[in-house]
Amino acid sequence: MMKPFLLLSTLLLLAGCSSNGTWGWYVINPTTASGWTNIKFLVSGMGNTILISVIAAAISIVVGLVVALPGQSSKRGWRIVNRVYVEFIRSIPLLPMLFWVFYGLPIIFKSMGLNIPIDPFWGAIITLAISDSAFTAEIYRSGIQSIAKGQKEAAQTIGLNYIQTMRYVILPQAIRRILPPLANQFIYIVKMSAFASVIGMQELTRRANELVVTEYRPLEIYTLLIVEYLILVLIISAGVRWLERKMGSDERV
Amino acid sequence: MAQPSIELVDVNKWFGTFHVLKDINLSVDAGERVVICGPSGSGKSTVVRCINRLEEHQKGVIRLDGRELTNDPASVASIQGDVGMVFQQFNLFPHLSVLENLVLGPMKARGLSREEAETPARHYLERVRIPEQANKKPSELSGGQQQRVAIARSLCMEPKVLLFDEPTSALDPEMISEVLDVMVELAEEGMTMVVVTHEMGFARKVADKMVFMDEGEIVEQSAPEAFFANPQTERCRKFLSQILQH
Ligand SMILES: Nc1ncnc2c1ncn2[C@@H]1O[C@H](COP(=O)(O)OP(=O)(O)OP(=O)(O)O)[C@@H](O)[C@H]1O
Ligand SMILES: [Mg+2]
Repeated sequence: MMKPFLLLSTLLLLAGCSSNGTWGWYVINPTTASGWTNIKFLVSGMGNTILISVIAAAISIVVGLVVALPGQSSKRGWRIVNRVYVEFIRSIPLLPMLFWVFYGLPIIFKSMGLNIPIDPFWGAIITLAISDSAFTAEIYRSGIQSIAKGQKEAAQTIGLNYIQTMRYVILPQAIRRILPPLANQFIYIVKMSAFASVIGMQELTRRANELVVTEYRPLEIYTLLIVEYLILVLIISAGVRWLERKMGSDERV
Repeated sequence: MAQPSIELVDVNKWFGTFHVLKDINLSVDAGERVVICGPSGSGKSTVVRCINRLEEHQKGVIRLDGRELTNDPASVASIQGDVGMVFQQFNLFPHLSVLENLVLGPMKARGLSREEAETPARHYLERVRIPEQANKKPSELSGGQQQRVAIARSLCMEPKVLLFDEPTSALDPEMISEVLDVMVELAEEGMTMVVVTHEMGFARKVADKMVFMDEGEIVEQSAPEAFFANPQTERCRKFLSQILQH
């Protein structure tokens, strides 16, 4: 295992991402004043990365459910609405969608006589949320479908309407199957939020890009960037495992 | 004369091109007990499921207390609250305790408070003889106990009619009688019941009317004495001899 890995990393180094074929870890050396300043600058993007990811995920969780429910309808028209949304949205790569939201939407709004500016912050959030919602919708779909048909029928025979059936019978049972893949999607959002840097959002990747321009030490700086995302993802994973354990023990009461 | 509790007039239903119910005519008076039997695939479940609108029929009329079943969601929900259903597979809500299973409908569909819902729920648990299991999860109960919880859950909605679709078919033999006993008691108290079952002992004991179905048709419909002693058709005779053998 170790050998190919070493070989690969050596090759990468030789390929010379580093500017002059030598290491330059001094740029992020915390024991020097300038290195420490650089690290603080890089890490200062963390707040925005977390913020846009959390807001986008929250929106996606709601939109995904709203998109998933018509997919369960007995009416063909509703199911088509669901399929078109899911197939269309999930096929659009994030980068063009980001440009479209950031530059395109304001033009459309303007032609409708509306003056709604879209700043990088909300542009990034809208893009991430919409893009992700197609996937969350599919997660809800498989979660809901995993609940036996008899549950819905039993709920109907005690007079529950559609919303009540979902709220009290189906979703509480589906949530344990939905949660792990949803958490996966959250990790996906955190990583994809890096694209927000291209529309000027001051988050982790943008900070790294800016420092690369002044320091010209991309390999070292992007290494630290990778570590930053790694830490974020590890924290999320730990949180999810805690939540799953908590729900698992709840069920055994 | 009082109107029938349930009335099916020339009801037809298709699954795609498959004609599953053919001109079904059936009338159930208040307090009457009807037992439906017939070979597998003959449409027994589908008839029962049309009565509470789990399935939609395409031709004919179904009336409950004189109200016609339509597609209007509000009327469907109100009818489903008035018509209780007990399934072969129990279909209890596994994430809720027994008591929560019972109070869910009264609280959410009828708007009762928890206290208003719990008193009758405990009463019905007593009637199906498992008051001590109120706080357990369904998975902690035996099959027979689960089915009795399911019956109590239906009763909590104070239904005018109770439908049973093979309520004992998924049970181990030693648990069948504890469920049938509860059903006999309900019958004796005057509950209107439509029961799909192959338990002919139960049918003889409680049925006011026997219905025999085959290939989507009601082939025979008569009082139990005549039904068992003197079946009118060859199909019915054959079916009875088969299931009475064991
Ligand atoms: N949702 C469905 N879609 C298509 N065909 C169906 C559906 N439900 C039932 N059927 C078919 O309709 C026929 C009648 O089914 P039904 O369940 O009413 O029979 P049954 O008399 O209750 O049989 P059993 O004793 O096996 O429960 C069967 O041939 C069955 O395959
Ligand atoms: Mg059946």
